Amino acid sequence: MRLSTIPISAWIGMAGIALSVICALFAPLLAPYGESQIVGAIWQPMGGEHLLGTDNLGRDLFSRLIFGARTTIFVALAATILSFSLGMLLSFTAAVTGGFVDQVFSRFNDLMMAIPTLIFALVVLAVLPQQLWILILVMAVLDSTRVYRIGRAVALDVAVMEFVEAARLRGEGTGWIIFREILPNTLSPLLAEFGLRFAFSILFLSTLSFLGLGIQPPAADWGGMVKDNKDGIIFGISAALIPGGAIAGLAICVNLVVDWLMKRTSSLKGGRGDG
Amino acid sequence: MAAGGPAHGPELTTAAVAGEALQPSGAAGSIASTGAGSPGSEGKPSAWAGFKKKSPLAALVIQRLALSVMLLFAVSLMIFGGVEALPGDFASTYLGQSATPQAVENIRKDLGLDRPAATRYFEWLGGALQGDFGRSWASKQSVSEQIGKRLGNSLFLAFFAAAISVPLAVGLGMLAVQYRNRLPDKIINVISLAAISLPEFFVGYLLILFFAVQLGVATFPATVYDSMTFGQRLSAIALPTATLVLVVLAHMMRMTRAAILNVMSSAYVETAELKGLSGLRIIARHAAPNAVAPVVNVIALNLAYLVVGVVVVEVVFVYPGMGQYMVDAVTVRDMPVVQACGLIFAAFYIFLNMVADIIAIVANPRLRHPR
Amino acid sequence: MASLLSVKNLKIEATSYPPGEPPRTVTLVEGVSFDVEKGKVLGLIGESGAGKSTIGLTSLAYGRGGVRITGGEVLLDGEDILKLSPAGIRKVRGCKVCYVAQSAAAAFNPAHRLGEQVIEASLKHGIMSRAEAEKRAVHLFGVLGLPNPETFGQRYPHQVSGGQLQRAMTAMALCPNPELIVFDEPTTALDVTTQIDVLAAIKHAIEETHTAALYITHDLAVVAQITDDILVLRHGKMVEYGPVKQIIEAPREDYTRALVNVRGTKREEAADQSGALLRVENVTAGYGMLRVLQDVSLHLPKGQTLAVVGESGSGKSTLARVITGLLPPQEGRITFDGKPLPKALKGRSNDELRRIQMIYQMADTAMNPRQTVRDIIGRPLTFYYGLRGEKKTARVKELLEQIEMGGRFADRYPAELSGGQKQRVAIARALAASPELILCDEPTSALDPLVAEGILNLLHKLQEETQVSYVFITHDIAIVRAIADSVAVMHRGRLVRFGPKSKVLSPPFDDYTDLLLKSVPEMEIGWLERVLETRRMESAGN
Repeated sequence: MRLSTIPISAWIGMAGIALSVICALFAPLLAPYGESQIVGAIWQPMGGEHLLGTDNLGRDLFSRLIFGARTTIFVALAATILSFSLGMLLSFTAAVTGGFVDQVFSRFNDLMMAIPTLIFALVVLAVLPQQLWILILVMAVLDSTRVYRIGRAVALDVAVMEFVEAARLRGEGTGWIIFREILPNTLSPLLAEFGLRFAFSILFLSTLSFLGLGIQPPAADWGGMVKDNKDGIIFGISAALIPGGAIAGLAICVNLVVDWLMKRTSSLKGGRGDG
Repeated sequence: MAAGGPAHGPELTTAAVAGEALQPSGAAGSIASTGAGSPGSEGKPSAWAGFKKKSPLAALVIQRLALSVMLLFAVSLMIFGGVEALPGDFASTYLGQSATPQAVENIRKDLGLDRPAATRYFEWLGGALQGDFGRSWASKQSVSEQIGKRLGNSLFLAFFAAAISVPLAVGLGMLAVQYRNRLPDKIINVISLAAISLPEFFVGYLLILFFAVQLGVATFPATVYDSMTFGQRLSAIALPTATLVLVVLAHMMRMTRAAILNVMSSAYVETAELKGLSGLRIIARHAAPNAVAPVVNVIALNLAYLVVGVVVVEVVFVYPGMGQYMVDAVTVRDMPVVQACGLIFAAFYIFLNMVADIIAIVANPRLRHPR
Repeated sequence: MASLLSVKNLKIEATSYPPGEPPRTVTLVEGVSFDVEKGKVLGLIGESGAGKSTIGLTSLAYGRGGVRITGGEVLLDGEDILKLSPAGIRKVRGCKVCYVAQSAAAAFNPAHRLGEQVIEASLKHGIMSRAEAEKRAVHLFGVLGLPNPETFGQRYPHQVSGGQLQRAMTAMALCPNPELIVFDEPTTALDVTTQIDVLAAIKHAIEETHTAALYITHDLAVVAQITDDILVLRHGKMVEYGPVKQIIEAPREDYTRALVNVRGTKREEAADQSGALLRVENVTAGYGMLRVLQDVSLHLPKGQTLAVVGESGSGKSTLARVITGLLPPQEGRITFDGKPLPKALKGRSNDELRRIQMIYQMADTAMNPRQTVRDIIGRPLTFYYGLRGEKKTARVKELLEQIEMGGRFADRYPAELSGGQKQRVAIARALAASPELILCDEPTSALDPLVAEGILNLLHKLQEETQVSYVFITHDIAIVRAIADSVAVMHRGRLVRFGPKSKVLSPPFDDYTDLLLKSVPEMEIGWLERVLETRRMESAGN
């Protein structure tokens, strides 16, 4: 593969993701002020001493945005990795084992998916204590149902191929068949799916935080920052839109990369040949 | 993947981009498997097997309906039982810091939590079937009464959002197909890709800032009350409707495009082209009958998303609907309200997914005209 | 006589998008010229990738998926259709020139009745009234030998069989009374006993309507029955162009000669067929209530080849699945080298698995695209014999030599190999286990005739070197003649006939074997007429 074949849109996406990750990793070094340090009057305008102004409590918005990147990306990434591991493990097991195990897993998954994710999350979070690891776990479990579905479809596509049958006929074990025969052939669509789930997790986390059920203050996260500053909108203060824009921007960047990955995957399948 | 439906934005992109939007939903998939495993098909000629052979269409639709009822029942069990099984005691949470063992005991008795869970579940389900969801812990008022009006408000909002977004999405999808891989298609693709990445609240506040605050042409917050006229209501929901439309439009359009493209690249459209038919006739006579089912399926799936999408939009616009009611109840842990809202939202969602599947079944000529 | 269709110096290009590389332009067809006169049939013949379908579609001024006609002229009645406006082209398609696709099942719209689709072009081009068109459709259904011609048009595509759909598609092409029909491999997807009926129907219909035709196929024996002239294509270029008699009986070019003689090999069967390496006794198998195999018994001596022949749905591939243990039989037993073989795959030891290997029809899907040739061939060596490092490398090289490919292929991926090379690697993978029996499931039917012949010769050579036995599953009688010692004929899950090749393939026949043998096209002009004549006499005699 050559770099020159990567479209500009994918480059933009990758640059955006890189920028956010750098902010997340080096937040204390990059941010001019502390995460919850009150530095001035509330809702000061952009420019001047504070690059993006201050928020509803007089904290530096730019600093909080950088620290917010850290929380948002960490939680979303953790939830995605967890949901992916869970969904993949269960779906590949179901696809390779088949029969009863497959039926039980798949029917239960159908049931989980019959309830809209956000509604499910609201019901569950109404009961559970508000802690970070619980939030990550709930997001991961709910999201893993979607991963399960696509993982099973992809694995089944490959599992019926004759080279997998050939491996079975050779006497290979389930481990070899999953990791050496099936997985290498599903990496490309699964990578795209991972990106998609990550973008979804960012939006989902932000939505939960916005509704007051996600990350709890005073920790900065982008969805929560929108919630904090939403009352300013009526007075024409756009402080709430800055973290909102950050969420949108990161999600767009991830989707741009995913879009390219998917086009690559579909072109690998090849078109209709000449007869 | 389109199937279980969009719970949130980007989820749909897989379907749209990968062109898999046409697969039957998970629920439909499970019909096939349950059908194969059902006693009727295991060789013994039963009345059901005979019926299935004679009119496979009706049999499949009945199966799908039965599946939805079963799903709804299972969901009610999950919403009630799942909540029971989770750690944390309502009474102590309810009382917060000031919980003394005696107070907790009193509260438990007061809310009826001391009785066995199974009894309470069947009472709750029995009541729910008759439209009685019990009393709110917070306000002590009847949940059903409070939901009644709010449900109407939410549906009012969702209806107008659907009425605008559906024709717009189908039109844009067709436009994108018509100019496939040319400039208009590429522009629509980039914009819709960006649009599916925008969180609802961002779109909402952007619209508020621009139209309500800076231009002053729209109202915010979008409060509605009984004495309002129809016209006043419409103007109040203008911004929330616009937000919902923007949010749902991109998905629907991308999926529509994928569905139509799939039909247009089929061999029978090539046959029609090689018959020298005009472009219009190919679309109207050969592509449309086969594209209607997937497109309607796409619409039903997106409407299911719309029902959920109202939650965030209602909070943004302080609109007195079901979604805001539920979010408020979740923050104060008012379980009867949370359970009732959860069940109603899930019921709508299951219903629309079922409609999508049934349309796909009915539109299949192989089932309509059995051998 | 003036030509109806005259193609001059055609050049066709397409843009290919190799993954991870910049797009590049590929020349599909270059320097092709031919003429079709009114009422005559020209056969376009070539291997896959020879550009024959692409050329066929240019006579409708149509390019599939990004194909561009970049040079030359296509004159229809003296008019260059490549220069026509879109509206002008529409007047040619479905009116003057019609098209019959390879897969009629996909080419019919599932949402409309067959009759409506058959008459659509005639109505839209204003060629005839609805009543006339319907009458003509019924007439054509009759000519093409479709059941109940009056009511056939009321059915939907999914309600009729594949062979019937192919004939209905021919009726659809004939209905507007076109001057030229392009037949694009119309019988390739059909079973051999169905093929002969469709072929006869097409030939009859062409003769009756005096339509000219372009007949595209990869099967020279088929094209010899139906055409007046033949154009042999290879890699998008013309190899030989001439009257059918000259091409079949006195081919000038080496390539054409090879195509004509491809089915010539015949092998003597082994004299002693008494012992048995593999013995299948009274096997019945299926899925749930569905019985795919019924009471099948056969055996195969060591170092010999058993050909299992039958059409799709005969249960021949299921037999292979039963022998491998993928589908445990419901009744009956299988013994291998004198010992009973555990029914299910899971019950078999690694050594039992090693002794029976399998080769698939599609080498593409039979090899993991993410593994190199070295990994593919090397895995059985490590798995069964624990070979690693130097020893493994040496053995892989040895195996590659054995399949006539050489060590330089070891680091390639399957996608970098040709179809024939892939099948050779699949054979090497089977050989790596040093098996005593190889199950070959149609290993040559996806390959072009010359490549297929190379594979057959290789299999024969390997048998002589290693004394390996083959169960060779095929639908092609010519292959049976070429390789088998004994033959099993299967039909609808039952064994119809089993024994030494010489006995099975000579009379007296049972009805099915008779039909099967007579349906295989022979490389001989007039074969079709002769068979049809015999049939008529037989039915008259009854």
